[in-house]
Amino acid sequence: MLPPAKSTTAAETDALFHFITSVSLILLLGITIAIVYFAWKYRRRSEDDVTPVITHNSTLEITWSVIPLILVMIVFGWGLTGYMNLTTPPDDAYEIRVVAKSWLWEFHYQNGHVSVNEMHVPVDRPVKLVMSSDDVIHSLYIPDYRVKMDVLPNRYTSLWFEATEIGESVIYCAEYCGTAHSNMLATAHVHSQEDFEIWLETAGAEDDDMDPVARGEQLVTRNACDTCHSSDGTRLQGPTFQGLFGSEREMEDGEIVVADENYIRESILEPNARITAGYQPVMPSYAGTLDDRQIDAIIEYIKTLE
Amino acid sequence: MATNDESKKVRKLQVRRFKPEENPEKHYLNEEKGLWAWMTTVDHKKIGLMYLGSIVFFFFVAGVLALLLRTELLTPARSFMDADMYNQVFTLHGAIMIFFFLVPSVPAVLGNFILPLQLGAKDVAFPRLNLASYYIYVIGALFTLFAIFTGGVDTGWTFYTPYSSTTSGGNIMAMTFGIFILGFSSILTGINFMVTIHKMRSPGITWNKLPLNLWGLYATSIIQILATPVLAITLLLLTMERMLSIGIFDPAIGGDPVLYQHFFWFYSHPAVYIMIVPGFGIISEVISTFSRKVIFGYWAIALSSLAIAFIGFLVWGHHMFTAGQSSLANMVFSFLTFLVGIPTGIKIFNWLATMYKGSIDLKTPMVYALVFLFLFTIGGFTGIMLGALAVDIHLHDTYYVVAHFHYVMMGGMVMAFLAGLHYWWPKMFGKMYSEFWAKITCAVIFVGFNMTFLPQFVMGAQGMPRRYFNYIDQFQSFHQFSTIGAYIMGVGFVMMAAYMIHSLVKGKPASSNPWGSRALEWQTSSPVPLHNFEHTPVIINGPYDYHKPMSEFQLGIAAKHGHHHAEEEVAVKVSKQEKE
Ligand code: HEC
Ligand SMILES: [Cu+2]
Repeated sequence: MLPPAKSTTAAETDALFHFITSVSLILLLGITIAIVYFAWKYRRRSEDDVTPVITHNSTLEITWSVIPLILVMIVFGWGLTGYMNLTTPPDDAYEIRVVAKSWLWEFHYQNGHVSVNEMHVPVDRPVKLVMSSDDVIHSLYIPDYRVKMDVLPNRYTSLWFEATEIGESVIYCAEYCGTAHSNMLATAHVHSQEDFEIWLETAGAEDDDMDPVARGEQLVTRNACDTCHSSDGTRLQGPTFQGLFGSEREMEDGEIVVADENYIRESILEPNARITAGYQPVMPSYAGTLDDRQIDAIIEYIKTLE
Repeated sequence: MATNDESKKVRKLQVRRFKPEENPEKHYLNEEKGLWAWMTTVDHKKIGLMYLGSIVFFFFVAGVLALLLRTELLTPARSFMDADMYNQVFTLHGAIMIFFFLVPSVPAVLGNFILPLQLGAKDVAFPRLNLASYYIYVIGALFTLFAIFTGGVDTGWTFYTPYSSTTSGGNIMAMTFGIFILGFSSILTGINFMVTIHKMRSPGITWNKLPLNLWGLYATSIIQILATPVLAITLLLLTMERMLSIGIFDPAIGGDPVLYQHFFWFYSHPAVYIMIVPGFGIISEVISTFSRKVIFGYWAIALSSLAIAFIGFLVWGHHMFTAGQSSLANMVFSFLTFLVGIPTGIKIFNWLATMYKGSIDLKTPMVYALVFLFLFTIGGFTGIMLGALAVDIHLHDTYYVVAHFHYVMMGGMVMAFLAGLHYWWPKMFGKMYSEFWAKITCAVIFVGFNMTFLPQFVMGAQGMPRRYFNYIDQFQSFHQFSTIGAYIMGVGFVMMAAYMIHSLVKGKPASSNPWGSRALEWQTSSPVPLHNFEHTPVIINGPYDYHKPMSEFQLGIAAKHGHHHAEEEVAVKVSKQEKE
């Protein structure tokens, strides 16, 4: 029933899950058999049936109070131990700052690099996420690691895990946060220690000599614009970038706007100021994420997509 | 008329045996006629029926919304509505089901109808207040609906800040205010019931002869009276925040959004017990009646309801294990959550033991009671799962939780309500329904229900978060299965409406006591006379004493001036608060 276990703590959670499921199924089976058996065995045979007067039975009642009590106390203790592990990160954990906003995830690494909707971590090394939200409450949830923690606007929360397998896992937002709550996904990429370090050095490096168009294209991928905007005319969640620049756009309220530099800039910084007709207001604001130079580069890139 | 002699505890009463009149010409449904008479009635039975009409309406609306949601979820992306619409629909579905249907259903409908009858009283203690409670409920419901519709509230029924305060503008206020009005109806009904149980019992109904249904309602009343005011406090704080800019919940001005969750669950968790505890009462009545047997562990059942009512106040934090409260708080809340599981488990065993060596007649109400036992047990076990800290970290806010609370609320509470409705239907309307169709329908609903919610446990365990408009492809087959189940359930409810209407129009007349029950409400005519009993009932046996002959349950105080040869004298235990 559970997804693959890909963190060091997952096994313990799973063991408890399976313990409760099995004990419950056994008890449920017992109760169901009793219901069906009694209903059949003691079915009414005549209107004059006489039934015994059994008002209580102390031994029986104590038994069926104490046994469940013992069982739930086991579950309690087990759950608590697992939880204490989940909330106590090892001292040498690698720290990543997570910023949530409606509706994307930003991962800030120690060298200053930021990745959007992609989290890169080394395998077999504890990682601690220190998280906060820019707006409402979100919740970072990685089913494969069996971890989840709410992300709050007014304080830091944290969670930790140690990935045990190289590969990818899905990250969800688990606390309802509005229109695009169900689009607020990210991917966890687990690398070997060397690959992670290589990634960290190269991914972050921005080549100032790079020409603006290439840089814009890179930024569009890195900031996950391409999950909603295609460059080949396909309609995704947002309008395609192809042929966007200079065209006349119709807004939700009927206004016609020409997609010039200012419009694109506004769309990136304040996406909900004007909503393009036929689309949902689900685009996150990139204010604070992209600086002016980067926005320039994106505009240059969009200009080339005719 | 009472002769108080040698013992202070026991008094002798002159009684007669009263057989209920069959097919009475005059009863509560036809003694006062016309719309105005209904709207201004203070008769607890009619008020009960007016509540019944209202909650059936709300159940229908919220049920249709649920089907819309399930239809949208047939495909992983947009099927026919957009995300905003979806979010508003699930908000409406939840809010209506919880606040307009579940909370008032058992106490206000069945409680109102049955409580005075089980006490042998003419009405509740404050009949006018009772009518007022109904209108407060209607006003509150309309106000809330208005707020939701005009504001397009899409916050989920939990209204978590700061999302609710930033997106829905002032409507979170209007919304909370509407629910606050609804809360008043709840508080007033609770007070009314408590006073009635204390002061209006017929001679001989001592605390240990009180039907378990009334113990359930009594425990519920305690929760209603103590928990609902917290809603008012929350509203006051929200108002202070809005009007005076005192930061309480809004982080932008220094408040703490998690505080709102504490307030919300401090009311809403006990509210879960407002919904389920009266259901326990119904199940006790039904299982005993259809097993023709003394209830097993009367005090265990009665006291465990009270225990649940009290401990239920101390577990709200288990909704917030991942919300950032301290580990210590999480530990305490997890511990108390397990404690509340014990009295619930005890009840299940008591009901089973009542069936043991009984004379079981599988009539529709009993079938619903058994369905309740099965589904509610699943709901309970999955609750234990969610109470376990480490596991809840994984399962919180997934479909596992959705499935869990539907098993408790619908599999538990709604099935108990249906057991009660089918059980008391003949008493309410003096008509029988088709046993055949009722059982078929029950089977359809049972199958549909499990098809809808079992796959959701699996999805949840695999990590499918709740309140998701889009989902990843891997879950599609589960969602589709679930949707088909929901349609089947919908068909089931349409069938129920059909045979119930048929019963009202063309149903066979019901006898005064079609199930052969010993309970007091069955010792008067069906439908009930306007003033419930033609005499003051006298109780010398417990409500589940199936080993005593039926005629011992039909005693009433002999009229002063009557010249009855059948008069006899019985000794009746006196309890302090009993009415004269
Ligand atoms: C979650 C999906 C999503 C992401 C991620 C996203 N957008 Fe958008 N974007 C939309 C949607 C939907 C619209 C149309 C509705 C609106 O106007 O807000 C839109 C509109 C736009 C527009 C205006 C287009 C027009 O046809 O009027 C521009 C320009 C734009 N986005 C640029 C970007 C850039 C640049 C990025 C990355 C830095 C980005 N978007 C990331 C969903 C997204
Ligand atoms: Cu979110």
